[in-house]
Parts: sequence; structure tokens; C-alpha cells
Amino acid sequence: MSKMKKILALLMIAVLTFAAVGCSGGDKTNDDKKPAEQTEEGNKTDGKQLKITMVTDVGGVNDQSFNQSAWEGLQKADKDLGTKSTYQESHQESDYVSNLETALDAENDLIWGIGFKLSKAVKAAAEENDDVKYAIVDFSYGDDTPDNAVGVVFKQEQPSFLVGYIAAMMSETGKVGFVGGMESEVITAFDYGYHAGVAYANKVADKDVKVLRQYAEAFDDPAKGKAIANSMYQQGADIVFHAAGGSGDGVIEAAKEQDKYVIGVDRDQHDLAPDNVITSAMKRVNVGVYNVVKDLKEGKFPGGTTVVYGLEEGAVDIAPTSDKHVPKEILDKVEEIKKLIIDGEIEVPFDEDSYEEYVKTLK
Amino acid sequence: MSLNDLGLIIGISLMYSAPLMYTALGGVMSENSGVVNIGLEGMMTIGAFVGTTVAYYSGNPWLGFLMGGLSGGVLALLHAIASVSFAADQIVSGIAINFLGPGLALFLSRVFFDGATMTAPIPLDRKMPRPFNYLFTKGSFLDLIFNQYATVYIAFLLVLVVWFILYKTKIGLRIRAVGEHPKAADTLGINVFKVKYLAVILSGVFAGFGGASMSIAVVSNFRATLISGQGFIALAAMIFGKWTPQGSMWACLLFGAAQGIVVYLGGTDVKVSSQILEMIPYVLTLIILVSFVGKATGPAANGIPYEKNEA
Repeated sequence: MSKMKKILALLMIAVLTFAAVGCSGGDKTNDDKKPAEQTEEGNKTDGKQLKITMVTDVGGVNDQSFNQSAWEGLQKADKDLGTKSTYQESHQESDYVSNLETALDAENDLIWGIGFKLSKAVKAAAEENDDVKYAIVDFSYGDDTPDNAVGVVFKQEQPSFLVGYIAAMMSETGKVGFVGGMESEVITAFDYGYHAGVAYANKVADKDVKVLRQYAEAFDDPAKGKAIANSMYQQGADIVFHAAGGSGDGVIEAAKEQDKYVIGVDRDQHDLAPDNVITSAMKRVNVGVYNVVKDLKEGKFPGGTTVVYGLEEGAVDIAPTSDKHVPKEILDKVEEIKKLIIDGEIEVPFDEDSYEEYVKTLK
Repeated sequence: MSLNDLGLIIGISLMYSAPLMYTALGGVMSENSGVVNIGLEGMMTIGAFVGTTVAYYSGNPWLGFLMGGLSGGVLALLHAIASVSFAADQIVSGIAINFLGPGLALFLSRVFFDGATMTAPIPLDRKMPRPFNYLFTKGSFLDLIFNQYATVYIAFLLVLVVWFILYKTKIGLRIRAVGEHPKAADTLGINVFKVKYLAVILSGVFAGFGGASMSIAVVSNFRATLISGQGFIALAAMIFGKWTPQGSMWACLLFGAAQGIVVYLGGTDVKVSSQILEMIPYVLTLIILVSFVGKATGPAANGIPYEKNEA
């Protein structure tokens, strides 16, 4: 029997290895050229090829969301700026630190952490290795930003404001909904930006649209997202905006089943339900990532600070497919509002306090 | 609270419970034959992926559902080989399955969907049918309760079937005998290994159904986070339900109802933080477990590998 157990142990190892291989796309390079010749001694000129890598969140590089978008930004940088980019996929939170180690060992010039979940790991790595540059998406270290690190955040409240305006203008029942994932700085900004957009529409178009708000308390529970959306549609909402990651799949599903409208998030989610997704609050992580790489290339790396990207930089927007469902006159208005936001005429609130302030200015 | 609110809560409970019920029934099958199956989660995951992928490419949700079950069965076969034939530690083998399921699903997803870790959504008219759709007025009390996907009704049918098999047929008696006292069963001429294999594979098929009922009914696509913990909740529901199909069903319904109440309360003006609300299903489960259910005793030989030659 002990022989059998040995065979079994081997079998299990094989199974586990296979599982691990199945999980990790591993370290992929953008092209096959080896940068081995590009040693520092051999390349003292400014033309030295920058090596950049990014460590993904648990979604992996093809998550059709911000990891993928970040990777697209790096690929564009490779093409336009001649950098050399790679990625490391994380499949669980415990991968972050080891992936950052691997990235460091590969002698990269700039290491990206994609998503606020990596914030702690990136900060620790940045403090230990001050000769390497780090950047994190969706997180700001504020005054504690290490000099060799930069936080890249997006004004998600701005596209949320725009979709809030669209929702309020298109609602026939006078009720719209918001489904959040978990309360956090990022999701709160979506939440209040959306509320403010509705409030703005109420003011300028003399409407009285109410917002139902509920959090799923999970980014990975589509059944919950669906239940909440069903409940909102039942209560009379006819358009629901979600900022709930994977739980949002359920929100979109509910809209499909009930034949109602829904607003997507992060990327253009029109493909998930072409008849129901009227627009999406898009965050172009690729624009932010590209800009930081460009700054580094030009020797202007904004270390020790947090850079904020918004409508002005084209880093946030509404989905290009919006014209399929949203009437042209509303979209024209949206363009005007965009200008007002860029010019600072409208300061979009991003949390409860700034929202209260904002609502007062509308009265 | 109006009648419609009640309808909504019941509707949500049913939607939530169905995938858990399939998987818990899988646990019932396997553990009654004496094989602990903590690999249910991994079997669900592969079932969810295969179910939606087959339904997407074939345009037939039933075929997807069936193949989802089969794929769970294939993973369960591995579990059976390890834990029945090789008498390995069933927990270790189950954990390996829980790694293998999601890993394989992601790997295959990349192969079939241009490198994406998320499958393309199935159009609404090619999803599982809803037998009572349009039968009642949209949004009415009865519509809210009964306008469910076919998978919900099949889950209840399956409870009945599993109950019948376990308690009313010869093979059911054999499964339970093997789980209680394999040596005695062996002495009476029952092929212990064969019975265990059958039960474990069926448990994988049911868990695969559970996963598929998530990915082709609750939603219409698979992504890496779709199955996150349901397998373990189902396992808990099975223990809660004292290893019986009907008990597991009630446990799953209870959990679903708690979720329904959470969603309902979160949508009212009651000012309770959603984090507190989120605890309700678990707290409720604990309270009922402690105060009403009493001692839960599983099959006597559960988790102990049966080795024929040992004295």
C-alpha cells in the first residue's frame, strides 16, 4: 500500500503543478527580443530602453477591465516610446509581494501595481528599493508617497456625474438606482458623482428624479447584484448604474431579464447586453499608465506625488457606444457639461461632504 | 411591507438557494458513501465554466447544463481515484481539486475566448428557459416568486430524486451501508469501491450542475470570481441538514431567505449599515444551528478510507 501512496503523492504533485500552471499566465514579454545586450554600461545615451513591468490584481491581465486597460497603455508605450514592457499576473492576494520581488529581480526601471489592493505591497517595495521606480493605479499615498513612487488616481466622479445626468434625463419613472460594490474611496466617488449628476439634471431640467442606493458588500457576488437590481426595478427604478465589479454582472443580467436600462462601469460594457447597457462610466487606465511612462521617458517622473487624471486628459469619459440608446440632444448637453467640468464651472463632488456642499450651490 | 416585498424576498431566496442545493446534494451523495468531498467548490467552478461555454457555442442551454455536470463528474473521478482507490487523505485530495477546478477553468477560458478570463455572455433567449415567464402579470406577487429559471425547479426535483434513491432503493441502501460500515457491507458482497466511485462521481455531477446553474441562469457568463465560496456554503448546508437531502434543502433555503431579507432591508429606509446587514445570513445560521438543530452526526465511516486488505 505504501507504494500506492507514493504513486498517489506523485499524482497529487502533478495535479497541483498543473493547477498552478493553469492559474498563472506567468511572465510574458511583449515581444521576443531579448534585452540582454542593453546593459547599462553599453548604453549610456538617453536612448536606453526602459524596462517596465506591471503586477496585475487578482483579475489577471485579460480581465476586460482595468488590468487589461493598463496593459494596453504599456503596449502603446512600447510602440510609441520604445519601452519594453512585461506583466506579472497575480491570482491571489498573497501573490502581490512575490510578484513584486520577481519584477525587482528582473531589473525593471518602473514597476506598476494595478489596483488599490496592491497599495501596501507596492509601498513596502518602494521603501526598500529606492533605486527603482514604482507606480500604483487607483491609490493615493498622499503625503506619505515615497520619492520613488507615484500614485495614479482617476476622477471617477466625473464620468459618474455624466451618466447620472443621462440617467435622470432618460428616466421615465422618476427613479434611478445605484449599486455599489464595497464602500471605499473609489466607489464612494462613483456614488456621489452619480448622485450629483442626477441632482444637476433635476435642477437644470426641472425634474424630480430620486436615486435608490444599495451596496452589495462584495465585488464577486453576482447573485446579490442581481437581487439588488431586481429589487430596485421592482421599486420603480428604470435605470440602474453599477460600480460593483463582478457583482455588476448580476445587475446587468437583471436589466436584461426585466428589459430595463443599465449603466456599465470602468470600460464600455455595451457588449454584455447591447439592448440594455445605455452607456458606461469609463476609466481609461491606459491613458494614465501611458502618461506616466511618457513622463519617465522624458525625465519628468512625478515621484513622491499623486497624479490625478480626469476628463481634461481624456482619462475618464462616457462610453463611445452611448449614441445607440441616448438621444442626441442629451449627448450634446453632455458635451457642454464636460466643458463646464473641465473649465471648473462644475466641481463634481466625490464624497458625502463635498456632495452636501454641491447640492447647496444648486439651490 | 407589502405582498410584493414578500414575493421579492421569496424570489431572491429561490434564486440564491438553487445553486447551493445542487451542490449540497452532491455533498450528500459523496459523504453518505463515506467520502468527504471538500472539492465541491472546484467542481462547481469547472461546471460553471463548461456550462456557459458549451451553452454559448452550441446555443443550447440544456446541453451546457448537462456538460457542466459531466465536467464536475470528471473532476470528481479524480477525487475518487485518489481517495477511494489509493486511500489518500480525502481532505488533501479535495483541496487539490479546489486548485485544479479554477485553474483549469481560467486556462480553458483563455483558450476559448481569445485570452479573456471572462466568457462572452449568452443572449437572453438562449439561456435556461423560465417556464412561468409571462404566465403572471409582470412584477406581481406570483410572478416574483414563480418566474424562475428551470434550474430552480430542477433543483427541487433533484432533492426528491436523491431522497428516493438514498432511502427507497437498493443502491441507496448500499451507499449508506458503505458509509456507515464498509467492512460489513463488503462481507455481505457489496462492491465497496464501486459504490463509492458511483457516489463520488454523482456528487461531482451535481456540483457541476450547481456551477452551471450559476453561469447559465443566475448570470449568463463565467468569470474567475463567479464561484467564490458557494461550494463551502453548500458543504456547511449539508452538515447543517444532517447529511440528508431534505435537510440540506431547508438549510440552503434558509441561507437564501436570509440573503433575500438582507437585500430587502438594504433597499428600505431602515438605517442599518450594510456591513451589519451582511452578517445576517451567517448569524441566523449560527443561531438556528445552536438552538434548533441539535447534534449533527454524519455517516460513521465518513472520511475514513476503506482498505480491503487491512485486518
